[in-house]
Amino acid sequence: MNVTINGAIHELPSGATVTQAVQRLTGVRSGVAVAVNGEVVSRGAWDLTPLAEADRVEVLTAVQGG
Amino acid sequence: MNDMGDDLTIGGEKFSSRLIMGTGGTPSLEVLDQALAASGTELTTVAMRRLDPTARGSVLDVLRGRGIKVLPNTAGCFTAGEAVLTARLAREALETDWVKLEVISDERTLLPDPIETFDAAERLVADGFVVLPYIGDDPALARRLEQAGCAAVMPLGAPIGSGLGIRNPHNIELIVESAKVPVILDAGIGTASDAALAMELGCDAVLLATAVTRAQRPDLMAQAMRSAVVAGRLARLAGRIPRRRYAEASSPMVP
Repeated sequence: MNVTINGAIHELPSGATVTQAVQRLTGVRSGVAVAVNGEVVSRGAWDLTPLAEADRVEVLTAVQGG
Repeated sequence: MNDMGDDLTIGGEKFSSRLIMGTGGTPSLEVLDQALAASGTELTTVAMRRLDPTARGSVLDVLRGRGIKVLPNTAGCFTAGEAVLTARLAREALETDWVKLEVISDERTLLPDPIETFDAAERLVADGFVVLPYIGDDPALARRLEQAGCAAVMPLGAPIGSGLGIRNPHNIELIVESAKVPVILDAGIGTASDAALAMELGCDAVLLATAVTRAQRPDLMAQAMRSAVVAGRLARLAGRIPRRRYAEASSPMVP
């Protein structure tokens, strides 16, 4: 299935979870937050949250700014 | 200042430094690190952005290394909805319920949108956040945000990054007069005298970034700001003399 991770299309195996989407970008779990289709998915729920075709995943972290 | 027992308290937390730093505009994390160290800050704001897998180092490591509390902001948000989502993501990523709420109205002025800001503030307070909203120098809005449960109010001196100083000191004084939460002068500071003036007007703290990060010597300007905030605070506590039209001899004129 195809999901959008930070604006880019990625192909993930069907049934893939939020954890697998995050791992496409980073191996680090701390300091990172995820929203799927505009809703926050808490870190503890990443392994338990399956993604669906065309989901929009945003993976954010703190940067210099503001 | 600490030995005077003059701590700044925000949301029940105490800080001995009254200088809050931003992180935008630094050429590198090394320069930022030196500037933060020179500023003596204990609270520093960071933005939330899409994770860049190629980025080297992290602003969070810099703050952690200096023992500085992180204050996530919602910079770049134009609506209350975006700001609330960004705050929730920041809470998840950084494990803090503090947020500098910033909802801007347009990219040319970066002036805060009062209606979206108020809407977001109400939702974030209800969600348990310690909310520090960035606002115009509007005493009425400051009062409404305080009543809505914000932990501080952060009126601007002038537009972000403009270095124009405090364009309406009268309004800043009006906000200070009626506020029961800390007033933090945010945005517009260009040089040390602007920061000192903010404190002399009665602000509880100053937040600045560009004035330091884009100075020719960020570490030196950070040190200047640190001294200016302390000097302005001391002058405020000391109580300045009244302004007079004519001279008043400081010693008897009798020979």
